[in-house]
Amino acid sequence: MIIIDTEPIIRCDALSVAYDTGYALENVTVHVRRGEFVGIVGPSGSGKTSLLRAITGAVPAARGSVEVGPGIRIGYVPQVESVDWNFPITVAEVLTMTRTRRRWPSATRAESEEMSHILGGLGLEGLGHRHIRELSGGQQQRVFIARAMFGRPDVLLLDEPTSGVDVRTRHEVLHLLHDLHHRGATIVLTTHDLNGLASHLPRLVCLNREVIADGPPRETLIPEVLERTYGAPLHVLEHGGMPIVLDHDYATNDLVRGVSHRLPVAQRPTRSRERDGGDRQ
Amino acid sequence: MITSLASSLALDVLAPYEFGFFNRGLVAATLAGGLCGVLGVYVVLRGMSYIGHGLSHAVFGGAAASAVMSVNFFVGAGLWGVISGVLIGRISRRKILGADAAIGIVTTASFAGGIALLNRYGQARKSIEAVLFGSVLGVSWGDVIAILAVGLAVCAVLLFAYRAFLFSTFDPEVARVSGERVSLIEVVLMVMLSGTILVTMRVIGTLLISALLVIPAATARMTTNSFSRMLVISPVLGAASCFVGMNLSYHLDTSAGATIILVAAAAFTAMYLLAGRRARVRVASLHHV
Repeated sequence: MIIIDTEPIIRCDALSVAYDTGYALENVTVHVRRGEFVGIVGPSGSGKTSLLRAITGAVPAARGSVEVGPGIRIGYVPQVESVDWNFPITVAEVLTMTRTRRRWPSATRAESEEMSHILGGLGLEGLGHRHIRELSGGQQQRVFIARAMFGRPDVLLLDEPTSGVDVRTRHEVLHLLHDLHHRGATIVLTTHDLNGLASHLPRLVCLNREVIADGPPRETLIPEVLERTYGAPLHVLEHGGMPIVLDHDYATNDLVRGVSHRLPVAQRPTRSRERDGGDRQ
Repeated sequence: MITSLASSLALDVLAPYEFGFFNRGLVAATLAGGLCGVLGVYVVLRGMSYIGHGLSHAVFGGAAASAVMSVNFFVGAGLWGVISGVLIGRISRRKILGADAAIGIVTTASFAGGIALLNRYGQARKSIEAVLFGSVLGVSWGDVIAILAVGLAVCAVLLFAYRAFLFSTFDPEVARVSGERVSLIEVVLMVMLSGTILVTMRVIGTLLISALLVIPAATARMTTNSFSRMLVISPVLGAASCFVGMNLSYHLDTSAGATIILVAAAAFTAMYLLAGRRARVRVASLHHV
């Protein structure tokens, strides 16, 4: 059962983050409460990763503030592209390295049991001795989620957890995250994947240096918000109660027009029809 | 006849052990090889090979200055090394230049300063050459104790903070998020590296020490996929290379430092040729080696 607190455990208020090249975030206000599952979407360079890094304290706030509640532990799962897969390290070593209070290299019996429990829960049982490169894409992603969980976090921050993975792995990761959320985890993730991941989340923050919209997918995955977020016209269809985002090229082909004429008028990709008509004139 | 040949060969092999200077040099070199092998794992996996190379050259300037000014070698070279390290850090942090360019400028300037001192004050030539190429004759029991002390300190730090060093080496950003003092760990690593170069340079020589930091670790990388096993294999290879290299240098009448590095390089080449494709990929993926 999911219980969402009323008091935020992460507060970004009027947050601006700047690099040498300029502002990555401007005047961003996002609050995350315990038990929430939040997706941050936006185009490349929109500040998604900067927002996560500001929450972790890796980058300072140029203006505004970031507050993480007292005693709140963050488990950060970086993009898999940032991991050195050739580093000589086994799955068990990836997990135990986070417990730096125990300084000795070997794991205690309690640590080993906890590690087995976490790996088993993520479908990674028996893989502790394997080198990280020997795992499949889905297993690799889950190892880093396992590492974050081994640090007993209050909130999981995941940077593009389905970036560069195949469809099957994306499903595995999505199911795993939903399962963790149902078990009480607070999760914040960034994603490019609007249809495969974002539309399945209960809350989305559309970001393009500033917050364009914040709410459930039905309120945020709409053409007006998406055009402001991505700077290009995008169309939204509905299938099985889920919004499906299509870019302009797809939305103007015959197949999609054939589907869209059966949709309620408000959901049809009207902009594309107008544009197509204009082009023909 | 075979017996007499074997005994003659044994006598020949054991001949250098009759000399006190050789025994001191052998102990110092073997300890130095083990120490460089341990630290080399971090140097190689962090892509710090060029820093190791640069620091050993920078320390040469300090060694030259301390010899000319009759200041204690460890004080002079150590201070010079710390100043060089700080300068490199400041230049690269302020983004005036990339870190590699900063290392190149500071360390070669320091090295050139040492050469200039060598040219200007010729009487220091012998001592300076010993620092450049290493000298078994120059090794005292004090040097052995210094290497042992630094080695024990390095092992104690790396064992006591094993997980923190591993975490910050493998994934510094996440380590920082998890509350690890990654900057402090980097400083401690640089201090340990400088200390190691300082105490081992008289045996191996400034010009070759960076090779001893890199080659055993790179060879060890081909043998295992486990960080903890690499930390055991690399110092064993380093120490073995030094032990064999010292003995060979006596019999071949070649420079100890050069022979040690050639033995280490031969071990690397043999492993590279004998190991499978996977092992070669592992070492090919190392940064800046």
